[in-house]
Amino acid sequence: MTLLWIALLPLLGVLVPVLTARRGRHFCSLATALLPALALLLTLAQLPALNAGEALRFSVAWIPGLGLDLAFRLDGLSLLFNLLIIGIGLLILLYAHYYLSPEEPFGRFYAYLILFMASMVGIVMSDNLLLLWLYWELTSLSSFLLIGFWSYRSDARKGARMALAVTGGGGLALLAGLLLLGNMVGSFDMNVVLASGELIVADPLYPVMLILVLLGAFTKSAQFPFHFWLPHAMAAPTPVSAYLHSATMVKAGIFLMARLHPAIAGSELWSVIVPLVGIITMLYGAWFALIKTDLKAILAFSTVSHLGLITVLLGIGSPMAVLAALFHILNHATFKAALFMSAGIIDHETGTRELGHLGGLRRAMPVTALLTTVAAAAMAGLPLLNGFISKEMFFTETLATPVLGGLSWIMPALATLGGVLSVAYSLRLVYAVFFKSPRQEPPKSPHEPPHLMRFPVELLVVICVLVGIFPAALATGLLGLATQAVLGEALTFYLSVWHGFNLPLAMSFVAIVAGIALYWRHPYLKSFAKSFQPVDARLVFESAMQCLARRAESSLARFDGGSLQRYMGLLLFAALVMGTLGLAGMATLTGSRGNQPLDGVLLLGAGLLIFGGIGTVLTHRHRLISLLMLSVVGLVVALTFARFSAPDLALTQLSVEVVTMILLMLALFFLPQKTASESSPRRNLRDMALAGSLGTVIASLNYAVLTRDNDPISSFFMENSVPGGGGHNVVNVILVDFRGFDTLGEITVLALAGLAIFKLLNRLRLFMPHSDNEGRVWSPDCYPMILTTISQAILPLALLVSAFIFLRGHNMPGGGFIAGLITAVALILVYMSRGVEWVQYRLDFPYQPVAIAGVAIATLTGLGSWLFGKPFLTSAFGYFHLPLVGKFELATAMLFDLGVYLAVVGATLMILANLGKVTTVHRPIKQPESSDTERSTKEKS
Amino acid sequence: MEGLYAITTGVLTACGLYLTLRGRTFPVVVGLTLLSYAVNLFLFSMGGLTTDGATIVDGPASYADPLPQALVLTAIVIGFAMTAFVVILAMRARSEAGNDHVDGREEERQ
Repeated sequence: MTLLWIALLPLLGVLVPVLTARRGRHFCSLATALLPALALLLTLAQLPALNAGEALRFSVAWIPGLGLDLAFRLDGLSLLFNLLIIGIGLLILLYAHYYLSPEEPFGRFYAYLILFMASMVGIVMSDNLLLLWLYWELTSLSSFLLIGFWSYRSDARKGARMALAVTGGGGLALLAGLLLLGNMVGSFDMNVVLASGELIVADPLYPVMLILVLLGAFTKSAQFPFHFWLPHAMAAPTPVSAYLHSATMVKAGIFLMARLHPAIAGSELWSVIVPLVGIITMLYGAWFALIKTDLKAILAFSTVSHLGLITVLLGIGSPMAVLAALFHILNHATFKAALFMSAGIIDHETGTRELGHLGGLRRAMPVTALLTTVAAAAMAGLPLLNGFISKEMFFTETLATPVLGGLSWIMPALATLGGVLSVAYSLRLVYAVFFKSPRQEPPKSPHEPPHLMRFPVELLVVICVLVGIFPAALATGLLGLATQAVLGEALTFYLSVWHGFNLPLAMSFVAIVAGIALYWRHPYLKSFAKSFQPVDARLVFESAMQCLARRAESSLARFDGGSLQRYMGLLLFAALVMGTLGLAGMATLTGSRGNQPLDGVLLLGAGLLIFGGIGTVLTHRHRLISLLMLSVVGLVVALTFARFSAPDLALTQLSVEVVTMILLMLALFFLPQKTASESSPRRNLRDMALAGSLGTVIASLNYAVLTRDNDPISSFFMENSVPGGGGHNVVNVILVDFRGFDTLGEITVLALAGLAIFKLLNRLRLFMPHSDNEGRVWSPDCYPMILTTISQAILPLALLVSAFIFLRGHNMPGGGFIAGLITAVALILVYMSRGVEWVQYRLDFPYQPVAIAGVAIATLTGLGSWLFGKPFLTSAFGYFHLPLVGKFELATAMLFDLGVYLAVVGATLMILANLGKVTTVHRPIKQPESSDTERSTKEKS
Repeated sequence: MEGLYAITTGVLTACGLYLTLRGRTFPVVVGLTLLSYAVNLFLFSMGGLTTDGATIVDGPASYADPLPQALVLTAIVIGFAMTAFVVILAMRARSEAGNDHVDGREEERQ
């Protein structure tokens, strides 16, 4: 359980800065530090158990179907990284507290930072491959947010995008690799994977898997040729560079190689690819660190170089090499974070990071100068500092490795060359900033930073020195545990400062002397470097991205022409093909049940339907006639329902028909008077053929179903309607009880449609025709007298009817839907006969809340059953006796139906009344004197 | 009777589909409405065609299948909401794009 808390506390901590940002920066910083600090303490509290050799694991199934478990482990390797991640993270937090300027949104910054910390902790503690990958992606995302934190700067945005593209792409490769790995082993559980090294290496897919996993690791850890994103990520605020891009995130790839070492490292392929990539990266990074002039760029390239060094060690893979790699991870994190923070301080206090503008700062900032010099000396690998020891170990391992066969002697030579360059750029960094006289004055006059801002640097530098002098006492325990976690067995070793006069010491000596000489000859070097055309990775990357986007667009345009008619055509064609195939597989169209006899009424009805349908099509360019034809179809459909024993449907269809027609009539006013003749005859013919054949398919299908015996599930509803739902009208009981959840969804859709229409009508610029296409002016007559009078009398009656329909709905045809529609129709009639203003004056309330209240009542009714420990939407009912009234029934379904009723009334009126309102406000008003035929609209109403 | 019913459904479907393939918004809206009638009839008939039946327990002797009825009932109401939405969308599109073509732009004459 403690493990879960270690992993979760930082994740919870993401919320803290967001919540406390308003209470000032001091409070916010302290509060933010609290949860990670707690996680750090919890981690440390596990030390005794780890030393005792216990395996600390925690696992809960998350998505067992995918093999994804919420599984965490804490072994030596996780411990080492956890200390780095959380420990340095807290120092960075302190540093950022002073680094960010007062007006910057520090709450957001802290939240991103802690999110990153949480995802890093997740990576190193994951005990499941898929979980590890999830956290891996999370680091890419949070690093994107952090690099792009100053989003107003173009370089920050581009740097962030580049980092995301490279590391995210690597993440995808990693996912593929991990899935392959999991399939080989048959489990995503880390223990199983780590124990099956031989099985994995023997698998035929091993090379593919290895390359994919290494792609993930190399992109994350900025190995050549994927190193280019790291220098551009330096557009981030310096605390981010110090934290993500030196101490932690770029170590994630290294971590992955270390974590999976027992599983995937035991092959020729590994020991060729990994050391080679590592050594190229090391030299490449070191060379650019030597010629760059931006302080952070120098540090970025030196980071690339050191990551290469660690990769070489992991590639060599002998126990001592692994130990050296882990030791160097620790050392590099301390001195590089210190250096980055110093660079940030220099930038902060002088206003520039260009070496040309800096110089002689040792007078203004003596303490910072001392700290930076010591940290840089550790980076160069000078004796009595931690970098020296791990570098000696590195040299020793390169001398011993047989990875390149007969050419293995190259490794120590190249390693020494890396050492030379490393000494040279470290020297250059310190000398140019603090000792050389400046060529140009920096923008601000420098002075020492606030003490607490410098504190993290001091602490890290002290660690560098202490570990450099007493390595055995300070680092042995931690490294022992970590090495054991990687190798699977304990390794006995002794870290010492002095190994006697031997070859590695000579290599160190060569590196130092040659490094100093190289820096002495630095001007020649620079002019040599200048003779090459500089390649800006950002430009190359950006143009590649843009090219990709253009390609994507053009290929998309081929499939997506933006023509609705074409989509419809293709869709219908596909439906036609599928339908035809299905029908063709049938032996006979007419099933066993055969036809029922026809009668005259049916013939008439069918004739009317067909007439209406075809009439609608034929007259579709004469809008009004077409609508009339459509309403014929609607009415006969209602009659059809009535004829075939569906009174509920008939009532619903009838009232919906009324509402639909009024809506379409209203819309006629706003849409073009005349539908242009659009399509060519050929196209018309094609559409006709398509629609006609689909119609045939549908008809055949319908006939086939109708003449076959079916075995419906409806008997269940019939049997349980009264005992289970307390209603005799099965259709209504299905709506409000059996399938109540569907109904709830449907009224929600209805209310949403109403709201969407309300928004669509908002600020609508309308084309208000003054006359129709034959030149007749739209009649601004007053409302007809007879309609006015009748509608007033009908309204209360209609409301009564709808109440009746509503109440009887549970047992007889009726219910909330129908009652709601009847109410809506009655109200709309008043609108039509009296005008919007008249109604609004008397009925002054918005309909949106009505619809929302309806959905809310229905939902609450459903939730209510939870109070009684029943599933959502379980209905209850009872029969009561009252004097005079007699026996009657009360059911919660009634309440639900009330919600349906309100939602229907609200949504329908929201749609129609809002549309109607639009007509009154914008309606063109002509002055009475302007023309005889045009009269003012308003005064009558 | 079943044959006639099926033919009617097919004709209504064909008419609705033809109209939805037109290039101007109003016929498309009308076509969608027509199509929804056809679809409702089709779905309704899945329970078989019952004459003089009912879906009331303890009512007439012959029962009609209540499940398709319940489904179609909500479908009718939702169909109205969708028609309304498309109509208003067409109005808005005309207001924003300046024409009533379904793609929001006048097509070049072929």
